[in-house]
Amino acid sequence: MKILVAVKRVIDYNVQVRVKEDNTGVVTDNVKMSTNPPDDNAIEEAVKIKESGKATEVVAVSVGEEKAQETVRKALAVGADRGILIKADGILEPLAVSKLLQKIVEKEKPDLVFMGKQAIDDDCNQTGQMLSALLNWPQATFASKIEIKDKKLEVTREIDEGLETIEINIPAIVTCDLRLNEPRYASLPNIMKAKKKPIEQINASDLGVDTSPRIEQIKVEEPPKRKAGIKVKSVAELVQKLKNEAKVI
Amino acid sequence: MSRESMEYDVVIVGGGPSGLTTAIKLKQLNSNLNICVLEKASEIGAHILSGNVFETRALDELIPNWKDLNPPIKTKVTKEKFLFLGKKKSLSWPTWLLPAVQKNHKNYIISLANLCRWLAEQAETLGVEIFPGFPASEVLFNDDGSVKGVATQDMGIDKQGNKKDSFEPGIELIGKVTVFAEGCRGHLGKQLIKKFNLNKDKDPQQYGIGFKEIWEIDEKNHEEGLVMHTAGWPLDNNTYGGSFIYHAENKQVFLGYVIGLDYQNPHLSPFDEFQRFKTHPSIKKIIEGGKRISYGARALIEGGIQSLPKMFMPGALLIGCDAGTLNMPKIKGSHTAMKSGILAAEAINEHIQSKKDLSFYEELFKKSWLYKELYQARNVKPSFNWGLILGIIFTGIDQILFRGKLPFTLRHKHSDHETLKPADKMPKIEYPKPDNVITFDKTSSVYLTGTNHEDNQPVHLQLKDKDLPIKYTLEKYDEPAQRYCPAGVYEVQKENDINKFVINAQNCIHCKTCDIKEPSQNIIWVTPEGGGGPKYGNM
Repeated sequence: MKILVAVKRVIDYNVQVRVKEDNTGVVTDNVKMSTNPPDDNAIEEAVKIKESGKATEVVAVSVGEEKAQETVRKALAVGADRGILIKADGILEPLAVSKLLQKIVEKEKPDLVFMGKQAIDDDCNQTGQMLSALLNWPQATFASKIEIKDKKLEVTREIDEGLETIEINIPAIVTCDLRLNEPRYASLPNIMKAKKKPIEQINASDLGVDTSPRIEQIKVEEPPKRKAGIKVKSVAELVQKLKNEAKVI
Repeated sequence: MSRESMEYDVVIVGGGPSGLTTAIKLKQLNSNLNICVLEKASEIGAHILSGNVFETRALDELIPNWKDLNPPIKTKVTKEKFLFLGKKKSLSWPTWLLPAVQKNHKNYIISLANLCRWLAEQAETLGVEIFPGFPASEVLFNDDGSVKGVATQDMGIDKQGNKKDSFEPGIELIGKVTVFAEGCRGHLGKQLIKKFNLNKDKDPQQYGIGFKEIWEIDEKNHEEGLVMHTAGWPLDNNTYGGSFIYHAENKQVFLGYVIGLDYQNPHLSPFDEFQRFKTHPSIKKIIEGGKRISYGARALIEGGIQSLPKMFMPGALLIGCDAGTLNMPKIKGSHTAMKSGILAAEAINEHIQSKKDLSFYEELFKKSWLYKELYQARNVKPSFNWGLILGIIFTGIDQILFRGKLPFTLRHKHSDHETLKPADKMPKIEYPKPDNVITFDKTSSVYLTGTNHEDNQPVHLQLKDKDLPIKYTLEKYDEPAQRYCPAGVYEVQKENDINKFVINAQNCIHCKTCDIKEPSQNIIWVTPEGGGGPKYGNM
């Protein structure tokens, strides 16, 4: 069994993101970039499955600018066997990414495709679902537990009401939640070894996919500053304020 | 437990200006050398904080064609100002009366973090292996006592010291020579200075704490290339310190404050002095209407040549501010750190090629402009022990009339942790509340640093005696850690009328001030799990 894992390069989750002065986007110059956190869980799960003997190869793929190679390299350092970088500049919407991934799936013929449930930069939560539709494969989203049973996959999903366990046929798409596992550290010797693992570079334009944005971005703004709270003296005052000022009851 | 090991010709600890320069110079001298650089930050530059007005002398020597390689060195200094601040007024000091060391017309306003990122690219192009996210936590020794290399920190240890599922043991990195370039108060450098008695016959090292904020300001207040320094208010005559305001590109100003850690009043809060400084009319008018976008703090070296330890030992060198090569009157340490790296590379190359003893480093150092520069600068900082006014008068005589050639050397008499006076003997200081426009609190400031440490790991700020803070330091000095820490790591909390000393190690921005200033040297800074700490961008 072969597992393809999609990883995305995003601004590190610890960095305080700043909006550009002209409201065209966020500042990324000299900002620390990292792998999208739930993508780390996706890689970890794939590597674990391989270590348990149930998979034979883990391939990491990323779509983005040249520097996204670092993100692929990181996946190689924690156990992926080889990497693919689809080079594309500018804004990439989930539809474009899923179409590019579809081409890679057709070429690589994996049995499973893993990725994070959503990216922490645009919070779209769409790529996995769109890929599933494009390929006409079953999907399991928000996975917090994955078990392989023959030609089937038992997946526990984190949903609003609690946990839902479903069974789907392989081949399938799984989008991973943070509670799926604890991603391992890349050790120094493994980082060294990862430098020697192959990364195939493909230009997005060579895959015959139109990646131009379908959505026009008008502007990016910081969320409004939260107003300072006030102290109320009594329950009656609180109820009165909730009714008349906040108008929530 | 056995750890894996990897062998290199040269292992360099620390990816700052001195370490990266050593790596580059070594590769230029002999491209066959295997060199690795360990860095505790999640990426090169993320733990670098500096003013910075950059003198290119060492870079000119290292990479003569640097201008062709798109370096982040763009803004030339075009104008200089020096102000003495009174409480409300200011007095401009004519620049022709500044000593030559404080003139900057050939220098550039840069972000040292970005320069380090660029240096790292140059080093990687030459084949140096750089490992960010891997702190060296332990020095390894050979049987004959010489330095063998370092070990990296174990990863995946929980609060109680147990291995988590993700446990990943550290690696031993063995080098023919190991170079310690951790920056000011490196925690391994500190151990080596003690073990090899490198500071024998030297004065105690002197430190300062430096703060920096980056502001995006109103176009009409911005003058790209302007370099401004101040002395005076809000500090009293007996506290050594001053500010810098550098107008960089993109309407940004780099605004900072440095305070000598030999201050005496335990009630003094360096962070609040810096915040208060910004409310001075001469400063406020620059940043008013602007926005603070970054914050950070870091300890720096102020001791100069009197306090500079011996920089070689069997199997290893100690360079840059891990030893203490900053030139205090120049307020610059980057070019000196880089020069010490160039000299280190030359000495190491001779050592590896022709078995020349590492003491050759000392020979090269004594002959270099670095030594000359530090020697001429030596009397400035200690003269400020007589107070700001006498210090300035003396500095004028020493630096302008005699150009550092006076036939005597003033000494540093005390370590910074010895200078605090008992809390009840010193005046309390009332600091104004932050207005969240010009001045801020520590919490919102630390938020801007992007600091994080994996929550479930041992506390990396260790107490030799865990009862001392409450039993002794609180009583005698009103526990100054609450104030000298620029990140609010230390708190004294009352729980059922019992005082408790709390360490919020997750907030630590790796400045090392606690390790320096704690009156009983009771706090030991050790390396946390790799990648932890601040994530500075353009600092």
